Amino acid sequence: MELADIIVKFVLVFIIFAISLVIAMYSTYAERKVAAFFQDRIGPNRAGPWGILQPLADGGKMFLKEEIIPTNASGFLFIVGPSLAIMTACIGSAVIPWGQKLTIGSHVIDLQVADINVGILYVFGVVSLGVYGVMIGGWASNNKYSLLGAIRAASQNISYEISMGLSIIALLLITGTLSLREIAEQQHGWHWNVLYQPVGFILFLVCAFAETNRTPFDLPECETELVGGYHTEYSSMKLGFYLFAEYINMFISSAVMVTLYWGGYNYPGMDWMAAHAGPTLAPLIGVGIMFFKIFLFIFFFMWVRWTIPRFRYDQLMDLGWKILIPIAIANIVVTGIVITLINR
Amino acid sequence: MNTFYFIAFLSIFFSILVISAKNPVHSILYLILTFFTFTIHYILLNAQFLAIVNFIVYMGAILVLFLYTLMLMNLNKESEPVKANFIKIAAVIGGGCFLVTVVASIKALGASPAVILKDPNLGLVKNLGKVLFNEYLLPFEVSSILLLSAMVGAILLATKDPKTV
Repeated sequence: MELADIIVKFVLVFIIFAISLVIAMYSTYAERKVAAFFQDRIGPNRAGPWGILQPLADGGKMFLKEEIIPTNASGFLFIVGPSLAIMTACIGSAVIPWGQKLTIGSHVIDLQVADINVGILYVFGVVSLGVYGVMIGGWASNNKYSLLGAIRAASQNISYEISMGLSIIALLLITGTLSLREIAEQQHGWHWNVLYQPVGFILFLVCAFAETNRTPFDLPECETELVGGYHTEYSSMKLGFYLFAEYINMFISSAVMVTLYWGGYNYPGMDWMAAHAGPTLAPLIGVGIMFFKIFLFIFFFMWVRWTIPRFRYDQLMDLGWKILIPIAIANIVVTGIVITLINR
Repeated sequence: MNTFYFIAFLSIFFSILVISAKNPVHSILYLILTFFTFTIHYILLNAQFLAIVNFIVYMGAILVLFLYTLMLMNLNKESEPVKANFIKIAAVIGGGCFLVTVVASIKALGASPAVILKDPNLGLVKNLGKVLFNEYLLPFEVSSILLLSAMVGAILLATKDPKTV
């Protein structure tokens, strides 16, 4: 690898990192605005025009709050918890293809940090690691509500990982590859995977809600039962990290869903655009399309949060084990039979 | 090679911490780190699929359940069973004998030359899948049935018999 390539990758990582942090920041603002819209209110409107500086004010407040580590807490692990949460949230973006190959002058830039041939499994691994931040933080707080939140998070994530994995298997039967880049390229133009795997997509979507701990599955931080759940004892920026990690997870899982099922950076008419806009502008339009789809998904996450009430814990487990897993297995079987019949 | 030695050192270091940590939750956390170093070993061997599966299954699922169970249990100093002295002495002697045997057998073995694989890309998903489903199809399927029966057995053991309740 040449030095220029390394620098390009470094810049790419930096940009993706900055974008995910900024999107996470403005997701908090968007969440409050969307909530206000659904509840017929105005929402934050004091900091800057239309309250646009509200996330900065919130961030500043988080930094300046008093930092409290409870006396009986396990000091080191209490700090490790939120750090792990935000780290696992950030490393998921490494394998997502953000666009086609970008040509600037004579340089060809790959808009993906790492094209490993086990891309999907990497995302899956990072997702399954995400629960450690919550578990360690909840246990280290030495508080029964935090512990209950942590335990809920663990069993919830394990349960929904199974149906998530099964829904991905049905997708892999169609694509025949684990590389996210190849999956994105196969969906050229209109051939989005959601048209072939609608059931698999719905399963993946439900599991994504559970894995990111979003309402209606936010039982680990259910305030009606557990005060604040796993982050009851947290304050200042350590609490901020937990809240931030949730929004980054939401962004990354939206990006994964867009790449796997909704065509990624592909859009109808992209060949026409590539012929007319040139090799520099056309991929950038693709990137714009990808982000547009991601924003739609983030809006969907918020839409659901302010529409559907929270599940009860036994209902959550019933949904995971008794409904989603059988549907996912049936989906695999049907997909397999259809592929065999078509190929014959 | 240096990377290997460094990672191997970390593996052994963390595994010693697993058994020497006082707090059971801490030792599980060290076990997680140990498995993470195993993942790096697999990557060094160019076995990407094994690496990522080790990552997902062991680090992401099994150890989460370990941690989950430990957090639910009450593991205080008072509830820890205290072993009698003669058992401790017997354990030390037994462990020492085992160590001597292992060291002697390793010395007797002698270092074998490094095996060079015919196909260094065997560990990639595509090649591994082809080998498993062409050459080793029967053992592969039999082991899957074995796992399924183990799962059914575990559920049978866990559910109470409705007649006896």
